[in-house]
Parts: sequence; structure tokens; C-alpha cells
Amino acid sequence: MRAKDELGLDGEAAASVHLERAGMRIVDRRWRCPHGEVDIIALDGETLVFVEVKTRRGTEFGHPFEAITPEKVRRLRTLAGVWLGEHRHRGPIRMDAVAVIAPRSGRWRVEHLRGIE
Amino acid sequence: MSGFGRAACVALQGLAGVGVQIEVHASSGLPRVHIVGLPDRAVQQAQHRTWSAIARAGLTPPHGKTVINLTPASLPKAGTHFDLAMGVAVLRAMRVVPPDDGETALLGELGLDGRLRPVAGTLPLARAAAEAGMTRVVVPTASVDEASLVAGIRVLGAPSLAHAAALLGADLDPEPVEPVPAAAPVPRAHADLDLADVVGNRDAVEALEIAAAGSHHLLMVGPPGAGKTMLAMRLPGILPALTEQEALEVASLRSLAGEPPPSTLDVLPPFEHPHHSATAVSLVGGGSGTIRPGAAARATHGVLFLDEAPEFPRTVLDMLRQPLESGTITIHRAAGVATFPARFQLLLAANPCPCGLFGSGECTCPPQQRRRYFSRLSGPLLDRVDLQVRVDRVLPGADGARRSSAEAAARVAEARARAERRLEGTEWRAMGHVPGPWLRRNLPLGRELLLPLEQAVERGALTMRGLDRAVRVAWTMADLDGVDAPSRTHIGRALALRKGIPA
Repeated sequence: MRAKDELGLDGEAAASVHLERAGMRIVDRRWRCPHGEVDIIALDGETLVFVEVKTRRGTEFGHPFEAITPEKVRRLRTLAGVWLGEHRHRGPIRMDAVAVIAPRSGRWRVEHLRGIE
Repeated sequence: MSGFGRAACVALQGLAGVGVQIEVHASSGLPRVHIVGLPDRAVQQAQHRTWSAIARAGLTPPHGKTVINLTPASLPKAGTHFDLAMGVAVLRAMRVVPPDDGETALLGELGLDGRLRPVAGTLPLARAAAEAGMTRVVVPTASVDEASLVAGIRVLGAPSLAHAAALLGADLDPEPVEPVPAAAPVPRAHADLDLADVVGNRDAVEALEIAAAGSHHLLMVGPPGAGKTMLAMRLPGILPALTEQEALEVASLRSLAGEPPPSTLDVLPPFEHPHHSATAVSLVGGGSGTIRPGAAARATHGVLFLDEAPEFPRTVLDMLRQPLESGTITIHRAAGVATFPARFQLLLAANPCPCGLFGSGECTCPPQQRRRYFSRLSGPLLDRVDLQVRVDRVLPGADGARRSSAEAAARVAEARARAERRLEGTEWRAMGHVPGPWLRRNLPLGRELLLPLEQAVERGALTMRGLDRAVRVAWTMADLDGVDAPSRTHIGRALALRKGIPA
């Protein structure tokens, strides 16, 4: 496995921990379909949340959130539609973004944005 | 993290301005900047300049969702002068700069290094800010002199965004930077030309003086090398100096056209001489995005000189009919409507025929071609040209009785004063502006005075419109001679000045 994929996995793990600590229940991780992949699907009370996680070693090349383009948000929305077609969920849904800044040395930082558009 | 900031700026439509408020709302969300309120490309791109400039000031620009709104949102915004206000509004949203006092307009383009750059149109922008009720305006350091020409507004200069922020009360201590200099002013080519340089051609010199005194449009017809251009360039020097209001308007138009800023008001009437390859847009104004004034607008309160006038395309010449009629030019574009003043004195020069030698006996042009050449000028345009004179080549040893520009200007000023007294209470200030019917009704001349003119009409040598024009010119001649009404001689001279002109 390549280093950047490993970093991505570690970042997703860190994001999951962060979301659980915030009181959310993880429903699925790395859910795939022919259209793509959703990093984390979680329940925040009644609300089903589709989460895009972006991990970077640092912010010299920009904040991780800057890499979540409108195109990616649109794709996440499509994937949410596919997931809802295959699963049973009654209730509101939401898109979130989580940034993990993971320096090689020092503390990792996790930022969570609720309701991106 | 959520912040709100506001800053004031101005948008121009033609020379008139509208106050624009720039609002910035910075909130959490994916990093994205939305600029709304009909920005053009230059305003869209302001985001990148602003963000760099904020970073160069040692601050971290907002990294969440930022919405920048330019109100009134329905008015199209064009140009780079919104950068400074946008930058300061963002700094206010970041709580770096104290809130807007509602009385300070901010004008200037930002460089990536955070320095402020002068923009075209600073003068009309500052004037519009004063008219919108602003008491202070912050401009790039190099634009301070230009903006200070506007009365009733305090001008503050800043070399960079950080300095502007500090001026507005931010707790910053910016390093001194070298201000971006303004372009060097161009010397006016016709500034020190003297009428005394013109040898001979007394009729033409006299016609020039009459044109200046009565603000009559003038056509000079003559072979190449007769000195038509030389004469034309000396007209601004004998016209009355611009009033402060006029000079401000002229400077504003030049500023809008992107000419380097003056440090003092230029009171010499402008002189525009577009080449005959000029397009309609370059003559009346236009352009995508910001609508810029053309040569006709820049000639306001001065002279528009069309050399080789029959060579101009007819469509271009016809564009001049609106300004000649109304004194304004209105340009319609998708981006909006702009109205510029265009009250100029028209000066036309033409060769008598395509080869230029007609009248000297050496002309080789067939008559039909000669007629066609001149017919381009006739019609509505020529109808408004009171003075149509023939200028001939000067022979060696021509007489040396000359008049200096200063002498001519003094005579012109006196004649103008006389005409203004006569026209008091009307909308006109010079005899050249007075329509024929008004002249016939309010300043009738005796029958025997008009007789030579009426005879000329009967002979077919003069049209009724031509009669009106000759009468107007005769009045101006009387003004120049310091008498109350035209005499027989004046009428005769007015008629004689037209000799040798076809149609």
C-alpha cells in the first residue's frame, strides 16, 4: 500500500474517533459503489450524515478543506442518493467534511464542518 | 468563526457615479469565496489580489466560506478600483479594522505584494464619492494630487493595504513601502503654439478668430501644405481658458480614458485629432466592461479636429450628429448605459478633391470623383458648420502682418463677453450655438442688410441654411469689431469667406 493511501486510512480512522466522541454513531466506512466511495456514513441522532474526510501532512499546500471542491461535494450528494436507494433510512440527511492535519511529529488536528454545500 | 464587514466605494457610469457598499460575510464552511452583485471579470479576480495582499500584510485571510456582496446588487460593477474597499471590508470582517464610519470611500487596485496601484478615473471617482456624501476618500499615494482636485472631500493617501488599514484605525504597524508611482504626465502638444507663426492666409486666420469668438464649427478646404493643420492646432490657444468646472470635467474625462493624472487643473481647452482610420468606438467611446470616453467626449469644452475629413467613413462621421445636436454622447452596452458630455467645437479640414490640387489648375481628378469625394461631408454634418473657408498655399514673400495668439485671445474674450451679454437669459453662450429661427425672430436685421445674402440665395449660390450661417458669422464679426450689430461689411465678409467652397 502506498504511503498516501495509508495516510488516508489513518486520517479516516482519526475522523471516526472524532465523530464518535462528538456523539455520532458510525454506520459504515469506505462504502463503495460504481459511482465512487463515501469515506464515512454516520448517524447524528436522527440525521444520516455522509462524511468526506481529507487528510494532509500539513497546511503548506493549503488547508485540507480547500481540496474539497464543489465537484466533490456534488459527487458526495450523488453517492448519498445511491446509498439511500439501497438502504432504508427515514429522516433527514446531511453532508459533512472532516479535515485531518497529520504532521509527522506533533499532535494531529481534526476539524469538523457540519452541513457543507 | 463568523464576521461581517462593510466598506464604501463608488461605481461609474460614464462620468456620473453611484455609491457602492461592499459587504463581506465570513463564516465557517468549505473555503470558498463568492462575489455577488454583478461583478465583471476584473472584480471577480479581485479576490485573488485581495487575499494575497492580506497575506502580505502579515495576516491570515479568512479560510472558511466568504461571501462578498457589492450593493446595489443590480448595478453592474466593472474595474479594479474596488480592490481596496474589498480588502478593507474583509479586514473588517476579520475584526482587524474598526467598523465603517459610513463617510469614507476607498479607491484603488491592489497588487499581489499588497501595494496600492493608481487606477484610471480616480478624479471622477473621487468626485462621485464627494457627491455621494462621503467626507473622506482613501486613494493610492500617487493619486493624492489627482483626487485633491475635487473640492469638499478630504483625501488620504496610502501606499499599501496595510497602511490603509492603519489609517482606518487598525492596530497595525506596517513597514514603510515604496509607493507605486503614477505614469508621467504627457505634455500637451498644442500648449505653446502661437498664431504668430502663421504666415499669410489672412482669411484663414480671421476665420479661426471668428470661430473662436463665436464657437462656430469651421471647415477649412485647401490643398496639402496650405497650413490647415498648423492653423487648427492654434485654435485652443486663442479660445477662452476653461472655467474651473469645465477644467474638472475635462480632467475627469481624461482620467477615465486612462491618461496619466495631472497634478494641477489644465485650463487649456482640449484638442483631439483622431486619425481618419478611427473607428466609431474610438470616436464616440465604448469598450467592453468599463465604457471609456472616445475622442469626441475628450474634446468636450475644446476642439475636435478631423483632418482629411472626407476620408473618414461616413458611418463614423454620422456618429457625431448626436453630440452636435445634444452636447452629450450616450453609449449603450450590455454592461449598462454611459452618458458623457460632448460639447466640442468641430474643426474640419479637407482637400478640395482627392488629388488636392483643385483650384490651382493642376488638378487631374475627374469632376464626378471630385463631387463624390466632397459629398461624404455634406448633409447633416456640414449643415452645422457655420464657417467654411478656403485656405490656399502661401507664396514666398507673403505679407508679414501677423497677430499673436495672445492678441487674438484678448479679442476673442472681448467678443465672447459681448455675445454673452446679448444672449443673457438664453441657454446659449456663443453666437455659434444660436439656432437660425431664434436669431431671425429676436435679432432681426434690416432688409437692405440682408439683400446681398438674399440675392445669393436667388442666384443659387447660397441655401437658406447657408444664409442663417452667414448671419450668425456676421454677428460674431460685429462682436469682434466691438459694434452692436453687423454692418454691410460684415455681411459681405461673411459671404466672401465662403467663396471657393462647393455646395
